[in-house]
Amino acid sequence: MLIFEHSRPHRAAHAQMPAHTADISDLPASLLRQDEPLLPQASEMDVVRHYTRLSQKNFSIDTQFYPLGSCTMKYNPRACNSLAMLPGFLARHPFAPAATGQGFLASMYELQEMLKDVTGMAGVSLAPMAGAQGEFAGVAMIRAYHDARGDHARREIIVPNAAHGTNPATAVMCGYTVREIPTDKEGAVDMEALQAAVGPHTAGLMLTNPSTLGVFEKNIQQIQKIVHDAGGLLYYDGANLNAILGRVKPGDMGFDVIHMNLHKTFSTPHGGGGPGAGPVGVAARLLPYMPVPVVARENGLYRLLVEGDIPATIGRMSANHGNAGVLLRAYIYARMLGAEGMHRVAEFATLNANYLLAELQKAGFDIAFPTRRASHEFIVTLKKLKDETGVSAMDFAKRLLDYGYHAPTTYFPMLVPECLLIEPTETESKETLDAFVTAMKTILAEAYATPDMVKGAPYTQPVRRLDDVKAARELDLVWQPAD
Amino acid sequence: MPFIPHTDADVTQMLAAIGAPSIDALFDEIPAALRSGKLTQVPEAMTEMEIDRLMQERAELDGRQLNFIGAGAYEHHIPAAVWQITTRGEFYSAYTPYQAEASQGTLQLIYEYQTMMASLTGMDVSNASLYDGGSALAEAVLMAVRAHKGAMRVLMPKTVSPLYRAVVRSMVKNQHIELVELDYDRVSGTTPVPTADMGDFAALVIPQPNFFGALEDVDALTDWAHAHGGRVIALTNPTSLALLKAPGQWGAQGADIVVGDGQPLGAPLANGGPYYGFMTCKQALVRQMPGRIVGRTVDLDGKQGFTLTLQAREQHIRRSKATSNICTNQGLVVTASTIYMSLLGPQGLKRVAAASHANTRSLLAQLCAIPGVKQAFSGHCFHEAVLQLDRPVAPVLAALQAQGILGGHDLGADYPELGNALLICATETKTAADLQRYAQQLSLALNNK
Repeated sequence: MLIFEHSRPHRAAHAQMPAHTADISDLPASLLRQDEPLLPQASEMDVVRHYTRLSQKNFSIDTQFYPLGSCTMKYNPRACNSLAMLPGFLARHPFAPAATGQGFLASMYELQEMLKDVTGMAGVSLAPMAGAQGEFAGVAMIRAYHDARGDHARREIIVPNAAHGTNPATAVMCGYTVREIPTDKEGAVDMEALQAAVGPHTAGLMLTNPSTLGVFEKNIQQIQKIVHDAGGLLYYDGANLNAILGRVKPGDMGFDVIHMNLHKTFSTPHGGGGPGAGPVGVAARLLPYMPVPVVARENGLYRLLVEGDIPATIGRMSANHGNAGVLLRAYIYARMLGAEGMHRVAEFATLNANYLLAELQKAGFDIAFPTRRASHEFIVTLKKLKDETGVSAMDFAKRLLDYGYHAPTTYFPMLVPECLLIEPTETESKETLDAFVTAMKTILAEAYATPDMVKGAPYTQPVRRLDDVKAARELDLVWQPAD
Repeated sequence: MPFIPHTDADVTQMLAAIGAPSIDALFDEIPAALRSGKLTQVPEAMTEMEIDRLMQERAELDGRQLNFIGAGAYEHHIPAAVWQITTRGEFYSAYTPYQAEASQGTLQLIYEYQTMMASLTGMDVSNASLYDGGSALAEAVLMAVRAHKGAMRVLMPKTVSPLYRAVVRSMVKNQHIELVELDYDRVSGTTPVPTADMGDFAALVIPQPNFFGALEDVDALTDWAHAHGGRVIALTNPTSLALLKAPGQWGAQGADIVVGDGQPLGAPLANGGPYYGFMTCKQALVRQMPGRIVGRTVDLDGKQGFTLTLQAREQHIRRSKATSNICTNQGLVVTASTIYMSLLGPQGLKRVAAASHANTRSLLAQLCAIPGVKQAFSGHCFHEAVLQLDRPVAPVLAALQAQGILGGHDLGADYPELGNALLICATETKTAADLQRYAQQLSLALNNK
């Protein structure tokens, strides 16, 4: 039932609104609204019950194991939420003077410093509001750098074909053309193709490392030399930063600019699709172009650096200070981890992934890159199963929902047929991983014994498989009252 | 280790299963030279009790001031139920609803949100949200240019928030799009209908209320833009739409795209975020819209269900040909907003808007009675207005701040032509005593100089 179907004319949550309608007779009728907007008319309890029930129709980290590759669905500590929502933080207006926000600004400054250390970059701006915006800021800085040197011929961004879709989409938004290069059999960047692709037209290379294929680019030092020798810059897509957090710094690999997804690596909530935060880190040569605002410490006081302070800045990503509340959550998480805890993140994420890989391999699953060490994630390919039974990776993923597990990432990366990209994260216990392996084995047996049953999954969710074609062809995006 | 559940026995068993001698061995494919040294800028771990103490102290430091700043972020009462339900783990810690069967809660909520926003703005369809008002305006500019397939110019009044204009500039500057600034009338603080030939343009942006709180002649501006072959991008404050004419009803044909910041609908001020950007549009433009969209459909048994749709527009499918690179949006804040709108309903939202407007008007009357203070513009305003002082604004604001009052937003840096101009706002959260206190303190601040 929709909230609108709970609605009755003249019912209202009286305690939640001003007691009276104030006089607005100074406003001319020509500017006023004549119709009533379609908002629910419901009691407080109607609303609370409706949305509580809706919440119960979701899978979430708090209720289920979520081995969603490339998304780093680690536990979101509760203190990060409650402390970021202290009244002093929530009440402060973004335009309030810096003097009234020293507690918040100190936290942001310290977060910048910690992120600089852990990534090995010279500067960090917290401004971008999501990974894709961080990418945009990063590529815009690459462009600003070349433009400032009068190097206008550099108009091409190189992207491995295994990259996230945001990489090519971002390059285009920055006015670049995109050249995709292939991946070799071991899941690594094809070095010959890279060598052939670079030249005086190369603005930069966007790379995820470990790659989206779940393996580390062993040739990273050579890759960075090829790109830098050609005059291009190196962009690090931080989607998989959890795989190296505390272990390897992107700055040490030679990257000039990176974005981080704090909603992955720093455990801020995914919130059913955001808000995230996508800070950018830069090498010294890109410091003049950082997006504003950046927090500075001067004579013991904190303030925001804006356009006048960083005159060559690529500009503003948001009207205010990015997703400030998300940044606060990441700060609190980082302080609870501490240096020692941060060193351990990649280690235990990698331990969990390699253990799960080993157990699934023993259970008869095909691994996409069996000769490679898994990073914090790895790929199972169900091509053989599909050929033999008709059960696809999608069917398999849907059946996992029946066993109480969120599906791994399916059909990404597109290079591997019938793939499941599995990322357990460091916060899951051995028992959880073992139980997941049992469910995977059970479904594998089901796929051979009763393939049609698996193809019809899920059976235990609020709905069965949905008609996506109908959804796209007969667009129904807003509810219309019956009369 | 914090948030890592492994016992030593677990680690031993897991390494044995892998066939690796140590955790270090799992990193044997990474060149040894790349191993990082000890982190020096990350302090030692704090327990929850210790970080609790630190953050309490910092939040206390930021304290509570009596706030009269608006300028794009508004302090409204947020019912207790809004964030209590929003931060339930099932909403808070869920992923983007790609697995529709396991995400019906989030998906249905977004469908309800889309319905509310489309109705509030008088448009046919809505997306699931963008990052904030500024980036939503930038996406609307890109969308209008895509849809026009010719003109690369967009008319941007100076009465649009200077920060929004800055965001738009940084997001479109590499795509050969020209932003043509339209000046405002110094008497009314609104944008005159252009009389000169403006050439080809993809869209005209119309802010309502505008950054000064002034009400633009939206009907005339909309009709003018359409008559000259451009589309209309409405930039609105969603609270105002409970009272003001919906953009879908502007002029003869209505606006084409509506954007704004959803913050006033249930998001706290919170140092500037997270907020969210909303975007609604006419049906004809739906395939040009950026961001996620939820549709209602049926499952294998014919039962109603909800799913992400029109994904062929998006980066994970279209890659370099996508309508935008946006991926993550502001889902959790949209969750709060949907609950907020459901609790307030049409009547409640109207009362919030009316009370905010009436409070601002009352504050204006009291402040303008003080010698040396006058209203900058002559026309109608909505829940925000510009004052002109007889002396520089900064020291006056500092004197007010010393009394625990944030007196408004100084317009000097962005609008030097307005002289000593101060943008003020009083929402429904301010009592008569609050307004009086501001007036008394301003009077004192001006007399002491």
